Amino acid sequence: MSNGYFKIHRPGINSTFQDLGRFNLHHIGIPLSGVMDKRNYLIGNKLVENSNNISAVEFAYQGPLLKLQSTKVTAAITGDVNFKILRANSNIENGQCYETFELNDGDQIDIISTNKSVYGYFFINGGFEIESFWKSFSINTKAKVGPNDGAKFNFNQKLFIKNKESKFQKKKIEHLNSKIEFIRVLKGTNFDYFSEEAKNNFFNKEFIVSKLTDRMGMRIEGPKIENIVETNIRSEGLIKGVIQVPGDGNPIIMLSDYGTIGGYPKIGVVISADHDRLAQLIPGSKIKFKLVELNEAENLYKLYEIETKNILNQIR
Amino acid sequence: MIKNITNLGDAAVYCDFGNQIDQETNLNVIKYFKNLRELKVKGITNITPSYNKLIVSFDPSATNYENIKNKILDLKSKKNQNQNNKLIKIPICIDEEYSLDIKRLSKKLKIQNEQIYSSFLDKEYYCYMTGFIAGMPFLGDINENIRLNRLETPRVKVPMGSIGITEQFCNIYTYESPGGWNIIGNTPIKVFNKLNQENPTLINPGDRVKFYKINKQEYKNYNE
Repeated sequence: MSNGYFKIHRPGINSTFQDLGRFNLHHIGIPLSGVMDKRNYLIGNKLVENSNNISAVEFAYQGPLLKLQSTKVTAAITGDVNFKILRANSNIENGQCYETFELNDGDQIDIISTNKSVYGYFFINGGFEIESFWKSFSINTKAKVGPNDGAKFNFNQKLFIKNKESKFQKKKIEHLNSKIEFIRVLKGTNFDYFSEEAKNNFFNKEFIVSKLTDRMGMRIEGPKIENIVETNIRSEGLIKGVIQVPGDGNPIIMLSDYGTIGGYPKIGVVISADHDRLAQLIPGSKIKFKLVELNEAENLYKLYEIETKNILNQIR
Repeated sequence: MIKNITNLGDAAVYCDFGNQIDQETNLNVIKYFKNLRELKVKGITNITPSYNKLIVSFDPSATNYENIKNKILDLKSKKNQNQNNKLIKIPICIDEEYSLDIKRLSKKLKIQNEQIYSSFLDKEYYCYMTGFIAGMPFLGDINENIRLNRLETPRVKVPMGSIGITEQFCNIYTYESPGGWNIIGNTPIKVFNKLNQENPTLINPGDRVKFYKINKQEYKNYNE
């Protein structure tokens, strides 16, 4: 029997394949891409017994409605996600995140929404039958690079399944996505371009996540951040987490699909340990920044890694 | 030489080669870029050269700032880089359908269209960097008589293949994209070809570029 597939009955808002990203191509203008929430990606792949380079389906706000045409597959969803399994025999089950479930021929999975968060992840044992591009399965819709011709999912497409059949293993873990009080940042390379008042406001006042937020970047609104030197710099390289402040005084935080070069002054950089939780903030969320030093940031990242490992070790 | 080296966040090293934007500074940046790439240092995830900066990002699970900084400072950048830089000829069609901002340029600079083009076509340009969008080359320096700021309000969509100028630079839009450069023409050449996985960018940092004029008919026939 040929391999089965999921047919996309509803693509969702921004559903793509993502893995850990595409490396060493900044010099030709290709950003890292990759999952917005790395911890949830690692947990999901562990649940369905995949290695970490097997791509997941990442969705934002509303996920896809998929119908399985295949023999059995083992699947899991991570994040804070509301979903239902519509069985071929018309039974409807409420889905549970962070545990594996089995899908059979004709079953549908309806990923209705993420709860007070942006991104969720859908995994199947063995992954999908897709081709890597520049050693990554991540879809970069801006450069049109990756599987599916670099486009997000569309109606009536088929997602082919790699494994012919997988033996179901029930696995689960109790996991709560931790909320965040502060986004911790290091001083940016143009920190001194900003007035004392602007720097004070940046670390003491609240900002709101704007609707203009996607995989490329997050715009935030709050007190205008006044530049007293020059509102443009010579364009230079960017990385995920950089907070640029354009002339209008509203900061933009670079996320996974950032442009590789930018010409706005950098007031700060979000520490690596906070990237996952930052990406999960929905438009309208309040956000406060806290200044940390490099050695603190390095220790916080080690802590983040230990926590992640502990969670993964609990999955059996 | 690197004038200043510091951290950019907890996962990148920021190397500043000085405020001067010229080819000598940029060649130095590119030399570091190439030498560092050859070393294949464990943990480095990206090396991004620009006019006068080099940003080296790394995976904080695999290494740290101090380590990568020392690797960069240890580089023997004196090593003569084999100069395999190319001269690339790029056709440009300046038909009014493609030269979206020529009127604005002519008006603001107070010179005739023909003079703008002869000044532009006269020079050979140097590629400082590629990026922002995939494969977009940043070329320079254009003659002083045709330098102008960006559009006050950037276009939401600049057509693919557009050739734009601003300040001392010139670029080519490898994709349809938002942008604020003054568009003076369009090229039928694919400057970025993702299907060529080994060598997707036609123009690489350090290369030289010369533009030559083609007419609309030649433009239309170019890819046949």
